Amino acid sequence: MTATGIGAPVRRKEDQRFVTGQGRYVDDFNRPGQAHAYFLRSPHAHAAIRSIDTGPATIMPGVIAIFTGDDLATDKIGGLICGWMIHSKDGSPMKAGPHPALAQGKVRYVGDHVAVVIAETLAQAKDAAEAIVVDYDVLPAVVDTAQATKASVQVHDVSPDNTVFNWHLGNKDETEAAFARAKHVTKIDLVNNRLVPNPIEPRAAVGEYDFGTDNYTLYTTSQNPHVARLVLSAFIGVAPEHKLRVIAPDVGGGFGSKIFIYAEETVCVWAAKKVKRPVKWTSDRSEAFLSDAHGRDHVTHAEMATDENGKIIALRVHTTANLGAYLSTFSSSVPTYLYAPLLSGQYDIPAIYCEVDGVYTNTAPVDAYRGAGRPEATFVVERLVEKTARELGQNPAEFRRKNYITQFPHVTPVIMTYDTGDYAASLDKALEIADYKNFEQRKQESVRRGKLRGIGFSSYIEACGIAPSQAVGSLGAGVGLWESAEVRVNPTGSVEVLTGSHSHGQGHETTFAQLVSDRLGISIDQVSIVHGDTDKVQFGMGTYGSRSGAVGMSAIAKAIDKVIAKGKKVAAHVLEASEGDIEFKDGRFGVAGTDRSMAFGEIALQAYIAHKFSGQDLEPGLKEGAFYDPTNFTFPAGVHICEVEIDPDTGVTKIERWTAVDDFGVIINPMIVEGQVHGGIAQGVGQALLEGAFYDESGQLITASFNDYCMPRAIDLPSFQVGMTVTPCPSNPLGIKGCGEAGAIAAPPAVINAITDALGHEDIAMPATPQAVWRAAQKSRMPMAAE
Amino acid sequence: MYAFEYHRPTSVKEAAGLAGQAEDTKFLAGGHTLLPTMKLRLAGPANLIDLGQIAELRGIERSGDTITIRAMMKHAEVANSPEVKEAIPALAEMAELIGDPHVRNRGTIGGSVANNDPSADYPAACLALNATIITNQRKIAADDFFQGIFTTALEEGEIITQVSFPIPSQAAYIKFRNPASRYALVGVFVAKHSDGVRVAVTGAGSNGVFRVPEMEQALSGNFAPEALDGVAVAEDEMNSDMHADAAYRAHLVGVMARRAVQAAATRG
Ligand SMILES: Cc1cc2nc3c(=O)[nH]c(=O)nc-3n(C[C@H](O)[C@H](O)[C@H](O)COP(=O)(O)OP(=O)(O)OC[C@H]3O[C@@H](n4cnc5c(N)ncnc54)[C@H](O)[C@@H]3O)c2cc1C
Repeated sequence: MTATGIGAPVRRKEDQRFVTGQGRYVDDFNRPGQAHAYFLRSPHAHAAIRSIDTGPATIMPGVIAIFTGDDLATDKIGGLICGWMIHSKDGSPMKAGPHPALAQGKVRYVGDHVAVVIAETLAQAKDAAEAIVVDYDVLPAVVDTAQATKASVQVHDVSPDNTVFNWHLGNKDETEAAFARAKHVTKIDLVNNRLVPNPIEPRAAVGEYDFGTDNYTLYTTSQNPHVARLVLSAFIGVAPEHKLRVIAPDVGGGFGSKIFIYAEETVCVWAAKKVKRPVKWTSDRSEAFLSDAHGRDHVTHAEMATDENGKIIALRVHTTANLGAYLSTFSSSVPTYLYAPLLSGQYDIPAIYCEVDGVYTNTAPVDAYRGAGRPEATFVVERLVEKTARELGQNPAEFRRKNYITQFPHVTPVIMTYDTGDYAASLDKALEIADYKNFEQRKQESVRRGKLRGIGFSSYIEACGIAPSQAVGSLGAGVGLWESAEVRVNPTGSVEVLTGSHSHGQGHETTFAQLVSDRLGISIDQVSIVHGDTDKVQFGMGTYGSRSGAVGMSAIAKAIDKVIAKGKKVAAHVLEASEGDIEFKDGRFGVAGTDRSMAFGEIALQAYIAHKFSGQDLEPGLKEGAFYDPTNFTFPAGVHICEVEIDPDTGVTKIERWTAVDDFGVIINPMIVEGQVHGGIAQGVGQALLEGAFYDESGQLITASFNDYCMPRAIDLPSFQVGMTVTPCPSNPLGIKGCGEAGAIAAPPAVINAITDALGHEDIAMPATPQAVWRAAQKSRMPMAAE
Repeated sequence: MYAFEYHRPTSVKEAAGLAGQAEDTKFLAGGHTLLPTMKLRLAGPANLIDLGQIAELRGIERSGDTITIRAMMKHAEVANSPEVKEAIPALAEMAELIGDPHVRNRGTIGGSVANNDPSADYPAACLALNATIITNQRKIAADDFFQGIFTTALEEGEIITQVSFPIPSQAAYIKFRNPASRYALVGVFVAKHSDGVRVAVTGAGSNGVFRVPEMEQALSGNFAPEALDGVAVAEDEMNSDMHADAAYRAHLVGVMARRAVQAAATRG
């Protein structure tokens, strides 16, 4: 390992600019002549629009234009799309209603886009928006996930019973048979609470049109600018792909919510041409709560069957997944193919059957949020495994161990092929770090102080990388899920890497440079990472699903291999040896068995001056590109152990210890990986203890600000004990599995398992707020202090 | 935010004069309540009178058995004031529990008291400590000042200039934070005075800050947590919202009161 190579805890290169306020986010871009957009949003969860009178608003000071859905329709601007086709059990395609960027005839959630005002200043746009008169025929709303299919209200005409799909996965007959012969069946009802993503930077867009060149530019807060361009051009039709440049500069967090293509950026690009001015929109926090795609929101009944030896023999799951009022870009894939395939967890379960009803409600669209489907699956599996162990009177750690998959590759009944792993190794290490053997003693000590102590496990697995393209295509994905990279070596030997991945907190400028440093033997200061601009990077699928390491870096590695191969050809000419005798090692090209060698930079210069070879023999220059499509998902897995102490007088849950032992395969930068683990756990603890998006019956979001929506703070979290085990991933050249979501996936069941352990019963929902825990603690028999 | 005229008087008299002349005025102190409501366009005063340049609204003094805090003193200044810490440590601790560092370095005692947010901390301190709210026109006993949620005895254009607190023999404030906003879900301020004990509760009551005579009586006889056994506040007078229903709030009032008495008694 070199100081800046793979495995080195290099400090993040990008932090210099972030912590000194030099980052450039979309809102920092102000284009000459820029006007401001403000969206008039629906105050009703469900209403027919009888009329919109923009007349009085149009003549207000500073107003440039006001547009409604009719204007988009006139210009033949298409609706927003959902890019993953799900088929129901009966083979019928999902029933997706239209999703216009500005409402046409109806609004379907509070925050839905009714009209856009474009004015000289934002204040003027807001003033004018207040003067628009909308005549609503307010309709009853359907809000509750579990009740959606039974409601008399219908959100979209095309979806009877508000059902988008009834989907299933697994071996149904085997599952039924296994349940029939089971010795014991454990049942559980779970709600996976709805979350608001809340990246620190709200969404923003600046659209611009150049009448001279007919080129459009969109600055947008995107995790995948090329996908945004593709969707905006090919599906929504605002501009041809080759005429649209999408720039996603520094982006202040996404957590999934910036994958999607929303109404606002669509309207900004389109309107820029209409009003002949650049048009800017920046979400405020209130808008973000209402209109960023939310996460989770599942209602699940699940059952686990065990045999007389305490082996799990089957799992069946029924989930209702709230998709919100419209299908967001990848919404349909999240509760289906990103969810059910993970229901085997780390366990050898021969029969699994899962049914998912995707439903419309009058709430904000729901889509991928850190973990996307895998936290929901892990919550089902790990709560159920824990409860089963308790019902069987078995130690939860040993019950898990007994059911772990130990042979690889392992094919699950839910279409996954786990490639490698050592789950028991992670469990052992976690038990050790958590000092599990002395837990009972700590528990008694808590009891003496009138407190309840509990310990909870989460043996999670997840699938990252989301690939290969052929596989996801066969499951309904509208796109391929490879990644591309281009490695440009300059004559001075410095390197630019153009990547289709996008960094919005992950630290790619550091980790990607470490890969280059490692492979080419140059300092990371000699490397720049270029991303987030469709005019610079040819194509890319972006960053989500912890795919930038496993897929994005693999593409870079492939391009680097090509650079080295070309470098050898150049070196052969320069060093006057045959190509087969050239070796590349420690940053030098050398002739095998001699002391003749030249540094990487010297060969780069030779490649560009091209004095030592003819154009017939070799092309000058040193620049290579690669597309990398993996052969499988990757399967990060690990064991998290949470230990809590509850004050039964107040219901306050304090996390006393947190142990995380993860197997992420090969690690590029352990410091960044630990940071990802910390952040993920914080988000998972947020879901378990603090966060929850709630709508009232009329469809008003009652957790619409930080006054009511509780984000995790530092004091809510303990100091994490993070350990690693490593089984290299066999399906990519770097052995990377991915780490971005693990914490958020593992944490919620660990917390709830700890709380239910402390309470002595299972009856607690997320978020386990002090009030909820206090109430649940009333039900627990107060333990007596050991005499 | 809507457009407004901004005024920056340098004396209370000038401020009061402006308020008398101009239409639709609001005083601006730390702005931590007023500005967010203006940003959200829930308030749109035509004239904003900033009290920030008025020197006579700044300062903390002790004279004899009272501590007087002038209206524009920030929460952080109260929390760190040697005079307050020495005379009424519970009051300094209360100020330290408000919001976060940003809030404590902008929000003021005058603004907090004038606003009378049902979850704010100062109203409980004022009631339990038997404070007097002093304005440019009169002196108002805390018992008469707080009149229900966001409602006070203040007249239109009246300016709080200072709040004076008699120094109790023992006092403590225990706050159960709303996990999201960090305002009080339930806060109980207990103070033992020469003429009896006062217990004030914020965050919990459906009509804002209130005193608990049953607890005061019990504690006047025996200033110990056990004295509160069997003494409870009425559930039907408690507030219910998504964070805590009335039963939980009523329960927490009991728990916080006991803990406050414990803390006050231990302080000696
Ligand atoms: C994130 C956040 C968290 C908070 N947490 C807490 C908390 O935990 N506990 C708590 O108690 N408070 C909390 N607050 C409130 C804050 O501490 C202030 O006390 C409150 O905002 C009012 O004080 P201010 O100086 O900001 O007043 P302003 O917002 O400037 O004014 C508030 C009102 O009082 C009027 N006013 C101001 N000064 C005077 C005066 N001298 N005479 C007459 N009228 C006047 C104004 O006209 C206005 O109507 C929080 C605020 C925020 C933003």
